[in-house]
Amino acid sequence: MTAPLLAVDGLHVTYSSPRGDVPAVRGVALTVAAGETVALVGESGSGKSTTAHAVVRLLAPGARITGGTVTFQGTDLTRAPARVLRSVRGVGIGLVPQDPTVSLNPVHRVGRQVAEVLRIHGLADRVSAAAAADEALRAAGLPDGVADQYPHELSGGMRQRALIAVALAARPALLIADEPTSALDVTVQRRILDRLDDLTASSGTGVLLVTHDLGVAAERADRIVVMSQGQVVEAGTPDEILGAPRDPYTRALLDAAPSLTHRRAGRPAGTRPAGAVTRDRTPSGPDRAGSGAVLELRGIVKEFPRPRSVGGGTFRAVDDVDLTLRRGSTLGVVGESGSGKSTTARVAVRLADATGGRVLLDGEDVTAARGGALRAVRRRVQLVHQNPYASLNPRLSVERIVTDPLRAFGIGDRRSRHARAVDLADRVALPSTVLGRRPAELSGGQRQRVAIARALAVDPDVVVLDEPVSALDVRVQAQVLELLTGLQADLGVSYLFITHDLAVVRQVAHDVAVMRNGRVVEHGPADQVLHHPQHPYTHELLEAIPGTRALAHP
Amino acid sequence: MLRYVAGRLGQALLVLWAAYTVSFFVLWALPSDPVSLLLGTDPSDVTPEQLAAVRHEYGLDQPLLVQYVHQLGDVLHGDLGRSVSTRQPVTTLLGDAIGPTAQIAAAGLLLAVLLGGGLAVAATLTRNRRLAGTLLGLPPLGVAVPGFWFGLVLLQCFSFRLPLFPAIGDDGLASIVLPAVTLALPTGAVIAQLLSKSLTAALREPYAETARAKGASPARVHLRHALRNASLPALTAAGLLVGGLLGGTVVTETVFSRPGLGRLTATAVQSQDVPVVQGVVLVGATVFVLVNLAVDLVYPVLDPRVEQWRRRRTPRGHGTPAAVPQPA
Repeated sequence: MTAPLLAVDGLHVTYSSPRGDVPAVRGVALTVAAGETVALVGESGSGKSTTAHAVVRLLAPGARITGGTVTFQGTDLTRAPARVLRSVRGVGIGLVPQDPTVSLNPVHRVGRQVAEVLRIHGLADRVSAAAAADEALRAAGLPDGVADQYPHELSGGMRQRALIAVALAARPALLIADEPTSALDVTVQRRILDRLDDLTASSGTGVLLVTHDLGVAAERADRIVVMSQGQVVEAGTPDEILGAPRDPYTRALLDAAPSLTHRRAGRPAGTRPAGAVTRDRTPSGPDRAGSGAVLELRGIVKEFPRPRSVGGGTFRAVDDVDLTLRRGSTLGVVGESGSGKSTTARVAVRLADATGGRVLLDGEDVTAARGGALRAVRRRVQLVHQNPYASLNPRLSVERIVTDPLRAFGIGDRRSRHARAVDLADRVALPSTVLGRRPAELSGGQRQRVAIARALAVDPDVVVLDEPVSALDVRVQAQVLELLTGLQADLGVSYLFITHDLAVVRQVAHDVAVMRNGRVVEHGPADQVLHHPQHPYTHELLEAIPGTRALAHP
Repeated sequence: MLRYVAGRLGQALLVLWAAYTVSFFVLWALPSDPVSLLLGTDPSDVTPEQLAAVRHEYGLDQPLLVQYVHQLGDVLHGDLGRSVSTRQPVTTLLGDAIGPTAQIAAAGLLLAVLLGGGLAVAATLTRNRRLAGTLLGLPPLGVAVPGFWFGLVLLQCFSFRLPLFPAIGDDGLASIVLPAVTLALPTGAVIAQLLSKSLTAALREPYAETARAKGASPARVHLRHALRNASLPALTAAGLLVGGLLGGTVVTETVFSRPGLGRLTATAVQSQDVPVVQGVVLVGATVFVLVNLAVDLVYPVLDPRVEQWRRRRTPRGHGTPAAVPQPA
């Protein structure tokens, strides 16, 4: 066998922090052959991204390689001088970064940024570089003319294509893709990954694909390397990893992966780990509490004024939307970015005023509620935000955060509020010791539990959850979803659950509404929408869930 | 574009009017009587008739609002009145003073940008940590050191010990050097602080990593990618910096005994020469407004997103109302 394109061996990376050195990567070994796609899978903090960046020595400040070798085409990059390293970056190894929205220089035109790779390495002069950039952008699936545009004029998916063009412009032998699609919508994600597959397959480029999503890995990779806590815990072909995972961590990751849920549901009950959330565990809420509507949206329209510079007029973000949330049930509202789902949620909680239509809470029209009436609505409808890192005031203790709504509504005295805080912490499965801490000391999952506790503090009838788990790791995601369904069973609270992720909806929702371009294209019981979708767009969404194809032929 | 500039000019005029009006009423409210100053220190020499005559000449015998409207009308016709102490038209005084001040202010600003910008780039570009630390330690020093002290030190070193530059007066290019350096110091220090901070931040941005992943050298990442992005916050502060520069001329021109706006301001304030003080306020406000207007016009050239931001200032929707659905 010939030497692989890339061989990482015994790699150690250490972060220096004020409290001493923290090992991030501990003795990782992996190889990528020419034309092979290797997926590096793990949760955040597993060291997968650090490993990928260590290959081209583009580590965050404070991180350094403390051992091991990275052999690329016979050269050990860990010891190569800066000049040699620079001659490898871009030409030998291309990098597709994680977040396309911030990875292009905002002040330069896209074409120039693609051409720069060729110019740096002296592969083209000014004129031929521009032509080559156009060619690379076209190959990445972008229309003509994009080269003359600025990054902010492009959508996230287009920007990621531009970055793929940057990475592949100089025809590198190896492509490192660091979570290339996790910031993108699911249908866009699939198209981007398809394009990446085509381009690398035709040129025989090796790919190191970093992802947190086993579904993506299973679908795209020739081999999967699973990392946890800085070490490789398991490696093998997708069939081996998915079919017979040996390491307990891999199994946990598999069980938690929402996109692979129905595979798990198909397993004998005995092999299912405790804590897994499946459809059959969701509470019989709606039946128990009757199926009266607690929250109804009738013909909601929300328009935003369009700036004069693009011709004025208005832009209709939400267009004649009808939704019904039954008491004690969960209504999942699914859509991609720009579909109007978040705006709809904001109208439902009266944080935004509808241009037209009515919001009914228990049959009472609250569309125009003001003052005291609006405060009463606020008490009955609470909100949990997407990002638990931003939605908690970092200066307040957890107890203060959780009891803030009580204070706002003047409920109870100091002692009873403390008792309530202890009770709420218990409900969301947090130890009462966290009450004295500040958000910065908690993990993402813990923070989201705090946000949920805060929403429940005033015993609302409805909780609107705006992408409550999309900022969390898959295993934490599963735990939070389980918590939510458990709370619903205990408290009879109703959820309006906004998400871009059909796989998540599948786990929690009784009813599903699919939104696109401000309209509801499909609305009905979850089983019906997910298993017998009527609208082609719902079909497309379902098919785009990563792992769907991998499951088709396990 | 034209409409935008016109709108901004309207705003600028509004600011000028406000500055003039506020200074008019503040100066009126101050406990002083310019007229008695004009007539000498010993009030017993002056007959009430003389006093009344002077008051009448300056319009001080009229009700306040009438005075205000009259003066505002005069200002609109380009007449800023006469100095109480020298009897010269204020416009003449200002006209004579602006030239020398503009020279040292322009030279000072140029120096400040070069020194501050150069220091910031050098400090972030160097691999030598000690050098970077030393360089980054300089700006706080520059902000903290009082301008007059630095001016005196420069005089001592480069005029008296080493007679390279003239110590006082306004005599050709050589006489600009020391005042300009004195002026540039605090301004350059602020620029260095702002720029080194935003450069450090820009170099940590993902787009800088993208550039490194292309194989770009550190200098290229700095100059082609980070610097332009990093200069935007410093540019925003340009209005403030120029304001500080104008304030600095008061001290600098006094230390170097140069004619100019700063000196004029100092003497006018001392002798409570209200028309001159108002003229200076108006000039200062005009410069300020023009600088900010220039910054606003340059911004979109440096940062193509700016126009976009302005669009988004319309009521914000949650999520992004992608006006035109774009293909992925």
